[in-house]
Amino acid sequence: MSVSVAAPAVVGLHEVHFAYPRPGQDPLTVLRGVELAVHPGEMVALLGANGSGKTTLLRLVSGTLKPQHGSVEVAGRQVGEWTRDALARRVAVLPQQLDLPDGFRAAELVEMGRAPHARRLFGSTADDERAIERAMADADALDLADRYPHELSGGERQRVLVAMALAQEPELLLLDEPTLHMDLAHQVALLRAMRRLQAERGLTVLAVLHDLNLAAAFAPRVVVLHDGRVAADGDPADVLTPHVVARVFGVQAEYALTADGAKHLAISIDG
Amino acid sequence: MRAATAQEANRPLPIGVTLTRTALVLGGGGLLLVILLVTAVALGSTQIGIGDTAAILARRLLGLPVAETWAPTAETIIMQIRLPRVLTAMIVGGGLAMAGTVFQALLRNPLADPYVIGTAAGASFGAALGIAAPLALPMLAIGAGSAFMGLGVVQVLAFAGGLGTVLLVYAIARGGGRVQMITLLLTGYAVSAVLAAGVALLMFISGRALGAIFSWLMGSLADAEWTDLAFAAPLMLFSFIALLTRWRSLNLLLLGDAQAVSLGLDVEREKLRLTMLATLSTSAAVAISGTIGFVGLVVPHLLRLVIGPDHRLLLPASMLGGAALLVLADLVARMVPGGGIPVGVVTALIGAPFFLYLLRRSRLLRVDAMA
Repeated sequence: MSVSVAAPAVVGLHEVHFAYPRPGQDPLTVLRGVELAVHPGEMVALLGANGSGKTTLLRLVSGTLKPQHGSVEVAGRQVGEWTRDALARRVAVLPQQLDLPDGFRAAELVEMGRAPHARRLFGSTADDERAIERAMADADALDLADRYPHELSGGERQRVLVAMALAQEPELLLLDEPTLHMDLAHQVALLRAMRRLQAERGLTVLAVLHDLNLAAAFAPRVVVLHDGRVAADGDPADVLTPHVVARVFGVQAEYALTADGAKHLAISIDG
Repeated sequence: MRAATAQEANRPLPIGVTLTRTALVLGGGGLLLVILLVTAVALGSTQIGIGDTAAILARRLLGLPVAETWAPTAETIIMQIRLPRVLTAMIVGGGLAMAGTVFQALLRNPLADPYVIGTAAGASFGAALGIAAPLALPMLAIGAGSAFMGLGVVQVLAFAGGLGTVLLVYAIARGGGRVQMITLLLTGYAVSAVLAAGVALLMFISGRALGAIFSWLMGSLADAEWTDLAFAAPLMLFSFIALLTRWRSLNLLLLGDAQAVSLGLDVEREKLRLTMLATLSTSAAVAISGTIGFVGLVVPHLLRLVIGPDHRLLLPASMLGGAALLVLADLVARMVPGGGIPVGVVTALIGAPFFLYLLRRSRLLRVDAMA
């Protein structure tokens, strides 16, 4: 009997339910039966309205939350079966919000990204230093190395955080609104760097994005969460239609053609 | 000779703690501590020259062949009274400052001190019980056990009270396999309030023992003996070494629980481990000296401003700084005419205004940073 064996999914969610417990009230159900498989080297944009469970989904994959039902797998194993540091060598997270502790230089913060690889009791190895430097270069944060958190703008902090996540040398990068606070040039630079890392090292990226057109430009595959389930999944040209935008976000949108003939979504704010 | 590549031309990344910086901070701190030790041992109601003091210490502690040029009484005073007292001040100060550093990182709160989750209240209750309550039978058992270690019942009960209270607070604060640090703080506060009421009640009904309980609560090093050191020093050394090897966890916890988890830290287990190690050191300190305040709060705070928050350097530096501060405070305490005052009074008198100064200064710093 011959069975074709595909490479195991980097992320596999099956029948995933998740609800936040609320004392004295019914739990707040966020995910109700999510199915999703992300394969090595894929770049996936995760879209959905506020509260649709995008961040929750990332937290389930990174192991900060456990599903009430269903299974969440990373590289073919249940998330809960990985030890914390083994998981952190595979999966890195760029959180939506993070207060950076003052008193550490940016390079020292990026060095913390090496924690799951730590070999030496009181310092970093030459391998660590190479990884830190490369991560900072990839995130365009090398020129920030000497700065303290209070000397960084919002977008610069974000670049340092991206470097911290890249220093983990993960197979899978979970980005929660990575372009938040970034100027347009750095938004494009970041997403371009992600693409390059995907091409060079087979990095898999699952990114929560809000800008639909940016998502379409960045990701060959977009997944839309709505009402606790995957409402649409596929090529951005097929998924990001005015119909889906109306259903998921309740917003009127129509296609606009750019000069080179690409379709863009134009959002209308007139009632 | 090959030309330097662009890579080599770059400055190295500013990461890690350089050897020079470590040597400067720890070597400088160590030297300061040794000078303070000799000075503090030399000073007292009977003046002994610095030279003689150093010679006696060199002979008795380091085993150096120094010719005896001093009166035998001087040696007795130093070895039996002053040295145990100064060394006790050192380890108590060092232990408290180290524990304070850990709690400030764990709770991500610069106002945390080693007593914050109930250690002090528990130890005080244990000590008050040991001083005042006529619990004949259990006392006998504890007495037999503590005589074995050369300790008094009060010290054993204080140590057990501190450690036991933190275990209790942790158990109460735990919900769904995790401990929220704010819950831990509030639980510690509530349990401390109950125990403080217990101490007050014991003082109220204790009659003759009132003075003894009160002076214990204020914190004093006047009764320091070698046996106290032999009990507390190994516990603190163990806790210090164990905590120092956890510097990376302490740094990661500053990023918050979620980020520490995604950087591979088993946060819940690590918090329990760090809490218990810091509590071990705190309880050992409190058992032999009472509740001395402000050292554990001010020292880590001050050193963080000076040398930064990296625990690789901050932990040992706090240890040295706490030791130096308490030796100094105790010197002031016993030099006060009329037999001296409790060291706890001195640390509060120096510590509190100094803390206010820091508070104002760091607020100014923050404003500068935003401008």
